[in-house]
Amino acid sequence: MTDIFIQIAYLFSAALFILALRSLGHPHTARRGMQMAAFGMLVAVAATLLHARIVTYEWIAVGAIVGAVIGYPLGMWVPMTAMPQRIAFSHAFGALAATLVGVGEYLHGLDIQQLSHGKVTALGFEVLLGALTVTGSLMAFGKLQEILPGRPIVFRFQNVFNLSLLAVGVGCLGWLVFNPYDIWIFVALGVIGLLVGVLMVMPIGGADMPVVVSLLNSYAGLAAVATGFAIDNNILIVVGALDGASGFILSVTMSKAMNRSFSNVLFGAFGAAAPSEAAAGDGASGVMAPINSEDAGLRLAFARQVIIVPGYGLAVAQAQHQARELVDLLEKRGVDVRFAIHPVAGRMPGHMNVLLAEAGISYDKLVDMEDINHRFADADVALVVGANDVVNPAARNNTSSPIYGMPILNVSDAKSIIVLKRGKGTGFSGVDNDLFVGPRTSMLFGDAKQSLMNLGAEVKLA
Amino acid sequence: MTSTAVIQLFVFLLAGFVGFQTISRIPPLLHTPLMAATNAISGISLVASLVLAGSNQGLLGSVLGAVAVACAMANVVGGFLITDRMLAMFGPAKDAGKGERVSANDL
Repeated sequence: MTDIFIQIAYLFSAALFILALRSLGHPHTARRGMQMAAFGMLVAVAATLLHARIVTYEWIAVGAIVGAVIGYPLGMWVPMTAMPQRIAFSHAFGALAATLVGVGEYLHGLDIQQLSHGKVTALGFEVLLGALTVTGSLMAFGKLQEILPGRPIVFRFQNVFNLSLLAVGVGCLGWLVFNPYDIWIFVALGVIGLLVGVLMVMPIGGADMPVVVSLLNSYAGLAAVATGFAIDNNILIVVGALDGASGFILSVTMSKAMNRSFSNVLFGAFGAAAPSEAAAGDGASGVMAPINSEDAGLRLAFARQVIIVPGYGLAVAQAQHQARELVDLLEKRGVDVRFAIHPVAGRMPGHMNVLLAEAGISYDKLVDMEDINHRFADADVALVVGANDVVNPAARNNTSSPIYGMPILNVSDAKSIIVLKRGKGTGFSGVDNDLFVGPRTSMLFGDAKQSLMNLGAEVKLA
Repeated sequence: MTSTAVIQLFVFLLAGFVGFQTISRIPPLLHTPLMAATNAISGISLVASLVLAGSNQGLLGSVLGAVAVACAMANVVGGFLITDRMLAMFGPAKDAGKGERVSANDL
């Protein structure tokens, strides 16, 4: 009877989770929907506590308290600029939970000598995928937090080596299915998973992180699915499938936005074309024309239409609030201001939207690439703030460029272009940018935050 | 293969389809909250961790379970809080900083 009650509670929570994801379709409904999902979680957890296998509550209490104490700061204190590494970090947590459950259930099965082929298949998948996601996410976290070097780390035969290691892992899994009680194979599976996670993310550079973070999201979901199969729990299967689908869709969207192939996404083998090596193509020729903030400010103040293109540089400089002040000043003068958001601007899907929303910029001013690209021709000024590859015309017209084929924002169509940039160096991908030496482009060098503040001051005086 | 396993495959397949259809409709504007949200609901592995931690199958199992509970719990608490914090910011223009409201009934 209790069991039926628990299942019905799970069914209810699953429905709430799906409705919550549906509500994320629009900013108006999203918040309410997620509060419903939180309620669904509460119901699922409360029902689980009645489970017949649960006989003591001490360890649960300890774990729950520790988890809540860790979770609260992760929810409330992490700044929006640190969102990519925060998300990567919690992928590691989710996967670690799945992996430990897998190990625990395996040991339990070993103890009572009940490991069916089916169960051991699921547990093997769970531990392999889970372990891989744990270390992969921690690597991604390290790179995003800049504890580890953000540039790709490559060595000879890297892809061959990684794929062989993964093949050995899959081989171990196959072996385990037919020899369920071979604990050393199970251990080897976990260790290989941990290694593959590290090796997989090592060759991936900072600019490719949106794909990696999405992909790890998907893997974490699949690990949860495997848990569900292993312990006969439908809600884990449902949620894991939702999570897996979400990560999958995001990584495909991101890879499309970077013109990377689909198989490239599935195997995560981005190391093949390490951008820093391939950057040797035709360098941008010409001289950058510098501008001072006074002239740039005047140009903005007397424009009719301005499109701001934010990039990772905006996040690094934490300049979102200064951007908003500038927008307010310009709008007060009757200038029409919009933001053009490239899908892979920043380090995770939707990164720029969150930063600008944090600064209080209305979401209807944040326009996606397809919807704004035709408007650049009408724009008097395109203001590029710390973006580089996503506005690089080489993606269109230089077949030898490593980013050739990537969809970009049509910034070069604008009547005039002002680029805020820290220094004269190349962007994260190490590719030269012809836009910066174009005839209509003026460069305003300096820290994005300071530059935006100066521009604001000049607009006020104009 | 048991019939339970087949039913589970059905559940997986259908949930995958529903997820695919639902999530395809989410605009890029909300992709970061989406990641935070899936992170929060993937904390559902808490239910598996609870069973392991509470089932008293020796010290190792309990410790593994307790750590798993802590990890999953951190995702649930942190995930829902941060998603709410983020979604509160997405609104028509208002004063900066006002978006930081979080209601107390989220947990």
